[in-house]
Amino acid sequence: MARTLYDKLWDSHLVRTESDGTGLIYIDRHLVHEVTSPQAFEGLKLAGRKPWRVDSIVATADHNTPTTDWDKGIEDPISKLQVDTLDANIREHGAKAYFPFLDQRQGIVHVIGPEQGATLPGMTVVCGDSHTSTHGAFACLAHGIGTSEVEHVLATQCLVQKKMKNMLVRVSGTLAPWVSGKDIALALIGKIGTAGGTGYAIEFAGSAISQLSMEGRMTLCNMAIEAGARAGMIAVDDKTVDYLHGLNFSPKGELWSAAEKYWRTLRTDDGASFDLTIDLDADQLIPQVSWGTSPEMVVPVDGRVPDPEKEKDEVKREGIERSLVYMGLQPNTQIADIKIDKVFIGSCTNSRIEDLRIAAHVVRGKHVANNVKLAMVVPGSGLVKAQAEKEGLDKIFVESGFEWRQPGCSMCLAMNNDRLEPGERCASTSNRNFEGRQGAGGRTHLVSPAMAAAAAIEGHFVDVRRLATN
Amino acid sequence: MEKFLKLEGLVAPLDRANVDTDAIIPKQFLKSIKRSGFGVNLFDAWRFKDVGEPGVDVSKRTVNPDFVLNQSRYQGAQILLARKNFGCGSSREHAPWALSDFGFKAVIAPSFGEIFFNNSLKNGLLPIVLRESEVEQLFSDVNAFDGFKLIVNLEEQVVSTVDLAKAFAFDIDPFRKHCLLNGLDDIGLTLQHVDQIKQFEERHRASQPWLFS
Repeated sequence: MARTLYDKLWDSHLVRTESDGTGLIYIDRHLVHEVTSPQAFEGLKLAGRKPWRVDSIVATADHNTPTTDWDKGIEDPISKLQVDTLDANIREHGAKAYFPFLDQRQGIVHVIGPEQGATLPGMTVVCGDSHTSTHGAFACLAHGIGTSEVEHVLATQCLVQKKMKNMLVRVSGTLAPWVSGKDIALALIGKIGTAGGTGYAIEFAGSAISQLSMEGRMTLCNMAIEAGARAGMIAVDDKTVDYLHGLNFSPKGELWSAAEKYWRTLRTDDGASFDLTIDLDADQLIPQVSWGTSPEMVVPVDGRVPDPEKEKDEVKREGIERSLVYMGLQPNTQIADIKIDKVFIGSCTNSRIEDLRIAAHVVRGKHVANNVKLAMVVPGSGLVKAQAEKEGLDKIFVESGFEWRQPGCSMCLAMNNDRLEPGERCASTSNRNFEGRQGAGGRTHLVSPAMAAAAAIEGHFVDVRRLATN
Repeated sequence: MEKFLKLEGLVAPLDRANVDTDAIIPKQFLKSIKRSGFGVNLFDAWRFKDVGEPGVDVSKRTVNPDFVLNQSRYQGAQILLARKNFGCGSSREHAPWALSDFGFKAVIAPSFGEIFFNNSLKNGLLPIVLRESEVEQLFSDVNAFDGFKLIVNLEEQVVSTVDLAKAFAFDIDPFRKHCLLNGLDDIGLTLQHVDQIKQFEERHRASQPWLFS
């Protein structure tokens, strides 16, 4: 029977099935960070258990780490204890790879997995972090789990799961220059809502997906969770294989040949059926900007903030009204008329080398607007940072008035000192515009790196296609 | 995990859609390495007018009297009534930990964020999906009647009013129901299948050796 990519990944990891259809799924890669793992290791210890397979573990500290003054260490004692706890747990049990705070290969867990070749096609990948969907860009079954499940994977190398339904998001046509994977993600969420993908594994396919780089694909799969789908994925093609060749943990020699042969089967069979198909037309897509406090509250850059009066559904209308108050916005305001206070280019969504190249291209030779108090670039990993510096991107950013920081999750969720103050408005390349996400009272607008860079230069949102020179 | 027995509890309404886990427990409280103590900071940005930080004495905080959980009639509520997509966003299990620690034993909504849903089940916090129209009726009732209570009967998979005038059936996976009713933790159950996992692992290693190199 013709199978989808998700069906194949499920079938190839199914250890057993219970009578009610619940499956026990084997996990190949377990990514671990400091925030969601301490209680899992503690639970393991209390039960007298040991990790099943430590060479499945890749660990790093990313959420709490500072992005400035690394010589001072982690100043917040509570953050430091959490990072030290990860350190102690990994040193006690071991791991395939551990990139602690200050290591040159440290970085956001969803950046370093692919960059190290620790994320390989056909794997099941889990992490106590909802943006684990990122790794689906490599035809993995990858999704976030809670801390109890982290403990479960540590103890058994398996997860108890119900099989999800299959959704196909087919993006036809060709993306215009300066329109990106981020814009596809935001447009999709605007269309199907933040619960539109609940219960589904999403496969992204179509000409516009084939044209995306691996970085663009990671951005798109990263945000599957914002559409409610725990997992997003994309079939293997030449770009996938080329990206992985020669990476640190990629297979070598004969193993590489065998692996590549298998990986190329990781695509949906002709004639396989999906429970739901959503069509998007890349030809019609223009840069997107979120205006509210949910990623589904998004409009094209030439659009306006919505008017709650026009919403018939009462719960939705109240949601719009509440968001407008929180965001300090008036109905019908042109998106291009919204001024910003800060710019954040970073996060597991958009902090890879291609993101930084695009943003640097936009700001080169220009300067951050006077009304922008802070514009910062936080590379996704130490290796991304080193590559960007090799290409001189750091100088372009600094000369344009950006701060060039150390890698980490930073102001995507503001667990470290990088945050918005109450009322501050930010153009952010991150993934969530929830109330308080980037700091209590902070106002987040989600955009692509190109759009964030353009907003930094103009001091308000602007269609990057008008600002940038091709 | 504690067994989930029949529950009769006071209901508190949270009348907004898409309540995310960042709202349920904000990021600054995730720095704890414990599983307990999150209840005092449940919905922190909504319950309090000042910005909360870990370790701050709650009695010295400025309470937001308008927030529903601060109203006297909802003190001691064990059932949270919510709107669609409750618990969307981050995978933080601190969200169900905070709800449980605060005293909630069940959350009723038309839909849930999936990771939150799973995390809740593993902590004896029962997420109950009812139809939108049923949830709407319950919102009307809880607003109309002080001290409005519901009975949650997991065995029968029914939520009912105390006078039994209204009763709504709900679905739950048989496996999850079994775990909740008996207070079983997953790990112990999975480890009953050690041999099968080992056999799978050997086959997997043979077919994709690069995953183990």
